[in-house]
Amino acid sequence: MAKFTTTIHPPSGFSLGLKELWQYRELFYFFTWRDIKVKYKQTYLGILWALLQPLGMMLIFTFLFSKTWKIDTTPVQYPIFVLAGLILWNLFSASVSHAGESMIKNANIISKIYFPRLIIPCSSILVAFFDFLMGLLIFIVFCIVYQQPVDWSAIIYFPAGIILVLLAAFGTGTFLAALNVKYRDFRYTIPFLMQFLFFASQVIYPLQVVQQTWLKYILAINPVNAAIELFRYPLSGYPIDGNIIMIGTASTFIICFIGLYYFRKTEAFFADLA
Amino acid sequence: MPPIIEIQNLGKQYKLAVAEPYMALRDVISSTVKNMLRSDKKKSEKFWALQDINLDIQPGDRTGIIGRNGAGKSTLLKIISRITPPTTGKAIIRGRVGSLLEVGTGFHPELTGRENIYLNGSILGLKKTEITRQFDTIADFSGVERFIDTPLKHYSSGMQLRLAFSVAAHLDPEILLIDEVLAVGDLEFQKKCLGKMEEVSKKDGRTILFVSHNMDSIRKFCPTTILMDGGKIISIGNTEKIINEYVAKHLETKAEMVWENGASSYNKEVTLNRAYLHNENGTVISRFDTTEKVGITLEYQVLKDDAMFTHGINLYNQENTNIFNSHDVTSAIRLEKRKKGNYKATAWIPGNLLPEGIFTLSVALFLPNPLDILVHEHDALSFETYTDFSKLSARGNYADDFPGVVRPLIPWEAIKTN
Repeated sequence: MAKFTTTIHPPSGFSLGLKELWQYRELFYFFTWRDIKVKYKQTYLGILWALLQPLGMMLIFTFLFSKTWKIDTTPVQYPIFVLAGLILWNLFSASVSHAGESMIKNANIISKIYFPRLIIPCSSILVAFFDFLMGLLIFIVFCIVYQQPVDWSAIIYFPAGIILVLLAAFGTGTFLAALNVKYRDFRYTIPFLMQFLFFASQVIYPLQVVQQTWLKYILAINPVNAAIELFRYPLSGYPIDGNIIMIGTASTFIICFIGLYYFRKTEAFFADLA
Repeated sequence: MPPIIEIQNLGKQYKLAVAEPYMALRDVISSTVKNMLRSDKKKSEKFWALQDINLDIQPGDRTGIIGRNGAGKSTLLKIISRITPPTTGKAIIRGRVGSLLEVGTGFHPELTGRENIYLNGSILGLKKTEITRQFDTIADFSGVERFIDTPLKHYSSGMQLRLAFSVAAHLDPEILLIDEVLAVGDLEFQKKCLGKMEEVSKKDGRTILFVSHNMDSIRKFCPTTILMDGGKIISIGNTEKIINEYVAKHLETKAEMVWENGASSYNKEVTLNRAYLHNENGTVISRFDTTEKVGITLEYQVLKDDAMFTHGINLYNQENTNIFNSHDVTSAIRLEKRKKGNYKATAWIPGNLLPEGIFTLSVALFLPNPLDILVHEHDALSFETYTDFSKLSARGNYADDFPGVVRPLIPWEAIKTN
């Protein structure tokens, strides 16, 4: 019996609570499973939507920026170029939006049952990651169709880019989720923030087109830029700007720290506020 | 063996300003600015929902918790189940806790019955393998197994509740916390669930904390009971003794209630100043014989012209069963636009309706159309009824135990037919 002894006391100190998260891993799975199931219930195309969304956006941007206003992305053809950026961007934006809203959406559960609260925003990110995998599939198909050469170094650079996006989304998402519980204002800030960040990310344009070095480095604070830089490297072979990666990685870790710290500090009171 | 639950000096404080449903950043900014400008800093009101709780629960105990609304019962369960943290003290829990503060937590209308059993079970702390093992029993117990692969949104609310109860009845933690939840839904099915839980708990020596307003379930389920009031434990002991104490102490009669500053609505269109009980002669009393009419009079002041008001009462017995509610649908003035001034409304509970016992009344003032409650004073008045054998009541001359929630004097006709 002693195995399950718990001591309840007023909140103090700070811990990651990883051990507890592990104990609750099944719930983690069930929340993710629920969200994926519910997302495509009663849709005719079902899971196909996860493929159609990035595809549609790619077509629009290709039409606009490779035919109408030409953006030079050689040696990579524009559809491949933009799709690589889009799937990473979608992963970031969907993760942050869903994680940010997740605590409010699950308020009824939070106020009735205990479990490590971190499960909720994390499972939102996993749902977005599931859609990302669908997008990645499309991306691979397009690489084959366009006969896009991919360097072997992709084995390192692709995962590196994806992990960077996931970490950045985790930090931003948990921070917004916790803020949202107390101040619902952030609910309305998220769509605006996402729109702003989309244009501040090198999704539809390469960061090299930015002439001013200082501006480029300010944009690099947005971790999505570093992630896309890493992800596109095996496609273009265009030398990576190490400073962009450094700035992006540093800001990712700072965001993660702030997000996680604030979330863990305030989560005890979610049930009182939600 | 050490106690399975050990609580030491536990307390929980709420700041009233923070307890609002949610805040906008604007409110925080504006109140911060206000506080800076104001010299006498107005502190947010604090109140202790729980204070100085010390409690040991032994393994296998089934303990009831009773008390009035706001006594701290639910807050205590929420702390033990770790939903909300305490402000002071600590609690040591030596076992797996399952909390059932609501049935069907996390049910999703788009998912099928089967999927919801897994989801809800997992939220309540069951392992996937445990759910799979018990799945057929749960589905069978619920009686909705025919619809198990239909989305929940096509279920009737009764069916949803049955499914939820079935999952709950198959929980298997060492400590089970149950709050009021069993008070809703189909009575027969509830009994089946309580029976199932009792059976399991007796067999495995499971520890149960059971909050309820229903004295009957407490009596049936729990040998020991805790009485709480004002966030504190008043007494612990044999259930029958504690229930009697609760009834005696907390249900003292109260024939009159005066609100010095008026119980007012938030935008101050009306204030309730006084409510009292009286007999047909107008004498203020709190003991009535069962054949007597009970008069309830509300005195209130209308502060703004041109609004309509109507009146209402809720009546509860000592088991906290809501006997009836009444809204004024008969007085003429309820449809008139009022002028400022003092008003009085009286309701009469007919004689020969209530059995002997102690009854509590809540009184209310509201806007009739659309219905909007302006003032609602819970447990404002209470009275006792007794049988006067010199008068004709439904008892006749029978002096023994005569149960029933109401006791109308029913007319009987009997004739010789041949």
